[in-house]
Amino acid sequence: MAEQRYIVVGGGLAGLMTTIKICEAGGEVDLFSVVPVKRSHSVCAQGGINAAVNTKGEGDSTAIHFDDTVYGGDFLANQPPVRAMCDNGPAIIFLLDRMGVPFNRTSEGLLDFRRFGGTKHHRTAFAGATTGQQMLYALDEQVRRFEAEGKVRKFETWEFVNALLDDAGVCRGIVALDLRRMEVQAFVADAVALATGGPGVVFGRSTNSIVNTGTAASAVYQQGAYYANGEFIQVHPTAIPGEDKLRLISESVRGEGGRMWTVRDGKPWYFLEEMYPAYGNLVPRDIASRAVFKVVFEMGLGVDGQNAVYLDVTHKDPEELTRKLGGVLEIYEKFKGADPRVVPMKVFPAMHYSMGGLWVDYDQMTSVRGLFAVGEVDYQYHGANRLGANSLLSCLYGGMVCGPRMLAYAKGLKRAAADAANGFVEHQRKRQADVYERIYRMDGTENAYAIWRQLGEWMTQHVTVERYNKNLKRTDDKIIELKDRWGRIGLNDRGRWLNQEVSFVRQLWNMLELARVITLGALARDESRGAHYKPDFPQRDDAKFLKTTKARWTSDGPELSYEDVDVSLIRPRVRKYDTEKSVAV
Amino acid sequence: MDPIQLRVKRQERPDNEPYWEEFAIPYRAGHNVHSLLMEVQLRPVRADGTATAPVVWDASCLEEVCGSCTMFVNGKIRQACSALVDSLSRPIVLEPMKKFPVVRDLAVDRSRMFESLKRVKAWVPIDGTYDLGPGPRISEEDQQYAYALSRCMTCGCCLEACPQVNSHSEFIGPAAIGQAVLKNLHPSGPLTKEERTAELMGVGGIVDCSNAQNCVMVCPKEVPLTRAIGDMGRQATKKFFRDLFRR
Repeated sequence: MAEQRYIVVGGGLAGLMTTIKICEAGGEVDLFSVVPVKRSHSVCAQGGINAAVNTKGEGDSTAIHFDDTVYGGDFLANQPPVRAMCDNGPAIIFLLDRMGVPFNRTSEGLLDFRRFGGTKHHRTAFAGATTGQQMLYALDEQVRRFEAEGKVRKFETWEFVNALLDDAGVCRGIVALDLRRMEVQAFVADAVALATGGPGVVFGRSTNSIVNTGTAASAVYQQGAYYANGEFIQVHPTAIPGEDKLRLISESVRGEGGRMWTVRDGKPWYFLEEMYPAYGNLVPRDIASRAVFKVVFEMGLGVDGQNAVYLDVTHKDPEELTRKLGGVLEIYEKFKGADPRVVPMKVFPAMHYSMGGLWVDYDQMTSVRGLFAVGEVDYQYHGANRLGANSLLSCLYGGMVCGPRMLAYAKGLKRAAADAANGFVEHQRKRQADVYERIYRMDGTENAYAIWRQLGEWMTQHVTVERYNKNLKRTDDKIIELKDRWGRIGLNDRGRWLNQEVSFVRQLWNMLELARVITLGALARDESRGAHYKPDFPQRDDAKFLKTTKARWTSDGPELSYEDVDVSLIRPRVRKYDTEKSVAV
Repeated sequence: MDPIQLRVKRQERPDNEPYWEEFAIPYRAGHNVHSLLMEVQLRPVRADGTATAPVVWDASCLEEVCGSCTMFVNGKIRQACSALVDSLSRPIVLEPMKKFPVVRDLAVDRSRMFESLKRVKAWVPIDGTYDLGPGPRISEEDQQYAYALSRCMTCGCCLEACPQVNSHSEFIGPAAIGQAVLKNLHPSGPLTKEERTAELMGVGGIVDCSNAQNCVMVCPKEVPLTRAIGDMGRQATKKFFRDLFRR
């Protein structure tokens, strides 16, 4: 039997950790990424990574971290993998420390930790306010070490097109597009991991990088993989609106004492502190975003009549602010031209993260055998709402599970992909190459980027903080209209070399497919849970909806089914943040 | 407000001749160079009304942490995302980086920078990713220096500005030297310090720096590059004498 081959698609934290785990066990990896891996979206993570190391004498434990995470996610996550993630948190922080991530230190030279939303403990390790960037660089360096040893082959500026499925529907590799040569090639592998991140670009402007189109997840969904909990979209309460993107201002700003306020009756009103006395400015993101919407739209109290509230750190020591939050304050300074140490920042909520993603089992395998998913592209760890600083943890922990499980799966195969690969490989490659040839011939009147902007406006307006069934239905109708218009796109660039428009047209179709999953998942879920909030159905309905939504692609649109959630470790209880959390039973 | 005049130096393929195109973008407050180029995608029409292909450029995070969108904006090397239109003189002139091969239009190939990181072994040689307990203690002072060096996003501004980085020289450039110093600084650094330092004592290494100090002036992340080059110079000198007496 031929040697096992492994493919990882995506070079952010989850993809790199998966790669490292495979190489460490002696495997070799072909690593695909649309950008040089060091430029992946993980660089945008600012505030930190959670782990209950308990260095502040607060009696923190991984059990409390687990409870905070499940409670913060409104009990929608399957509990065993969340428990395992939290239990592994401290070891993951120590590993990153050994890799040289420059985490902030205490005066004794130990790791420092700060507060974050949805918890009462100092549990978040941080490297200034560019923690994701620092962690990505550390993993990038480890992967470069394997690359120098010949264990990793990088395919940077390559785009995943779809999975190579054999006649039995088992994943045997990938089809990918060389973004420079615009050539489609097939790559055979025994196990494939998608670590392709979230779908922020479906919402037009978000806090995400522009590479986060969700195109890979959508492609395999269209090939039969289940997409789970798509309707759970996190809107971050504090971002700075821009023409091209909504730039995140980290939750760590509030973790370090930042306060949100607006003007009421001529005086500052610290609305989060008043509405949620137990957690104040550190309520979870869904709660804070809804509060901002209430203040701005319901009460008409936006700053200067604008869609904005203040995020204020002017009462803090400027030197300490620079040491702990420099990276994020610098973003505000550079893009808004004002110093947050002196003037309160003006912020507004923005689409930030998808709790939903490809359905995976506890081994990170999707419903397509041989195809794994890890990182934001999976749905596994955050339930109905993710707590801040848990995403970096889930990327690393997911990668630590995914790599070894891919090895075990591949070793258990009766026939290696290289032996099994026959006619279907070239057949499927050719089919995908033909799709691009058809795009090259598109000569209608529609502009792909204009269709995308409309999609973004509709999704942001109707499928984020507040959801009404009537508007969700209208949004789905709109998406169907946009899909129709997609067929009438006229290409402006027919170049055969680094043609960004051609790859975008294909991504756009995939975004439209995914937008329907998100919208119709929301339409069907008549309750409010975590980030999914319907004013017409304000209560959580465990009897009907303590269930994972699973979307299966059909030519008539997504077909939804529901799966029970494993709540075997913590019994669901009411989630509220105005009073102290009740003890788990 | 008058439309925003935009001049872009374009090039279809790596071996083709470059040419200029002009665009007129309707004014809106809050544009940056990236969002101007997005307007061209939406309406790929030159200022004279004739159709053209949308401009090609590298971009990803749009908040100046990924290093993708480096280009010349009005003759200054910087990131397109943080180049705010309201603070730029017009017409706005965009050109690709000059010290890296152009792929298409404003997109360039900076793989030499990643190769350099391999050359200087810019990694901590950990034993493995299994649980080996806490890492070493590090003083807050060392952490602050390490953090400053570690913010380098491989954007290439320092190489672009360095007079010693050119087609006649093999100088590795400031960015990789900074990363070598960073790894030497880590408590496990001494184990591989010799190899890193040796690499930078050879051709294209530390002696090729002419101390022009352009690198620190253009670095968007204020990475202390000249301090790092100075540190590496001292480490190289020490190693030179150590090796001399060891013989």
